Amino acid sequence: MRRLPANFLLGAVLVSLVVGVAALSLIWTPHDPQTMSISTKFAPPSAEHWLGTDQLGRDVVAQLMAAARNSMTVALVAVLLGGSIGVALGLLASALGGWVEDGVMRLADLGFAFPALLFAIMLAAVFGPSLTNAVLAISFINIPIFARVTRASANQIWTRDYVAAARAAGRGRFAISRDHILPNIAAAIIVQATIEFAVAILAEAALSYLGLGAQPPASSWGRMLSEAQTLMYLAPQLAIYPGLCIVVAVLGFGLLGDGLRDITDPRLARAR
Amino acid sequence: MTDVPLLEVRNLTRHYKLPRQSLLRRAPVLTALEGAAFSLRAGETLGVVGESGSGKSTLARLIMAFERPDAGEVLFQGRDLHGLTAEELRKLRRGFQMVFQDPFGSLNPRRRIGWSIAEPLRANGETENITHRVAEALEQVGLHPADAGKYPHEFSGGQRQRIAIARAIITRPALLVADEAVSALDVSVQAQILNLLMDLQDDLGLGMVFISHDLAVVASICDRVLVLQHGKTLESGPAADVLRAPKHPYTKTLLKAAGVRP
Repeated sequence: MRRLPANFLLGAVLVSLVVGVAALSLIWTPHDPQTMSISTKFAPPSAEHWLGTDQLGRDVVAQLMAAARNSMTVALVAVLLGGSIGVALGLLASALGGWVEDGVMRLADLGFAFPALLFAIMLAAVFGPSLTNAVLAISFINIPIFARVTRASANQIWTRDYVAAARAAGRGRFAISRDHILPNIAAAIIVQATIEFAVAILAEAALSYLGLGAQPPASSWGRMLSEAQTLMYLAPQLAIYPGLCIVVAVLGFGLLGDGLRDITDPRLARAR
Repeated sequence: MTDVPLLEVRNLTRHYKLPRQSLLRRAPVLTALEGAAFSLRAGETLGVVGESGSGKSTLARLIMAFERPDAGEVLFQGRDLHGLTAEELRKLRRGFQMVFQDPFGSLNPRRRIGWSIAEPLRANGETENITHRVAEALEQVGLHPADAGKYPHEFSGGQRQRIAIARAIITRPALLVADEAVSALDVSVQAQILNLLMDLQDDLGLGMVFISHDLAVVASICDRVLVLQHGKTLESGPAADVLRAPKHPYTKTLLKAAGVRP
């Protein structure tokens, strides 16, 4: 067994940490993340409140845990939704070729032209700010990314002899896409999904920071940051904790994605 | 027997557009195959010989209807493959199958070989006795029925080529196109696979288009020979005639290179 790359191992540890905490928050948090207690606001770290309390006396650890859960949920839904549509479009483009392929890819170019934040602001302006709209906006920016990766990988597989053999057998383009193309590009898609997961976490935090994502009283790292902003001189730790959480989560998924790519891409393996 | 040949190729021509050299000039065109013509009867073997880039593989792809010719016809049992609808062609495909050059690329690495061998059956909606027929095909190519549960990476190159042949014959085709089917194999394994192909041809009455750059191999198994260079047919006729009295200097060079005594 070859040694696993360091970025993969570090990424796996950080991701396990974040996902573990998010999962734990489903059954247990040290306090209710929403319970306010004005008498104990800005409490310093103690046995009761491990990282202290915020300006409304809410427990910071409980909030960070609930925010981790929300963040993971948003990223998961956005990557799954955007990824599925993108992969389907990429497979379609690759299978049919010709004007369908050109059309899908030009649409993808168009999608790339929309910055995620601007698109989310537009959605918020039209439908009102909500977590659902934030998820839709993040999903939307994932579609062209996955469509492009899928098409590029699928086009390589379409040139393989076993695909020619399947055509000679009389199989249709969609059956070949399902049975031959998809299983052989799955690794590339999983790598991309892991990296996009990191991007989605960052996008959710940014949107929530701007007030376009999670709405009160839901916990979110981005919202904790924006609430702490006005109190920077009074209680800088309230901005530092969610900031660190975002760094750990984004770095973790980013490293894991890079590590997975190093493991699954034979060209990189040989170069190492 | 009717007198319609199993496979008849008429004036087959295929061009490929090359990348543009300049914005102002038209993209140059490569003529991969020009005016190829032959006919093949059941049980016969046609050898197609030529160097790299001579149009051999283009001919194979056109016969298999993987792509369309720019001119000419491919008549399989009297029907022009390139004049059919997609659905008609799909139904006809079980009659002509192909064995590829690279035994490592012609099997899906993520599927068990039993799945790959049965693919032509499932594609034709045959779901009965699949396990039994796969076992039968594996035995026909000299492998063990229990091998059906293994993955391609568990086999050697020669064994994989046997698996590819099992897949090609499972629908009982009338025509087999072998594109450099033994070129990637060791010489001793080459002989085994060639013997297997010839045995199967006798048993199943297959017509075979055997494509190779190696005239020695072609000379040993083919009834008739077609010599290609730069897409043009230099020579064609019964193998004995072409090999004994080659008319074109290029054929003579090939014969000399292959060490075949006229």
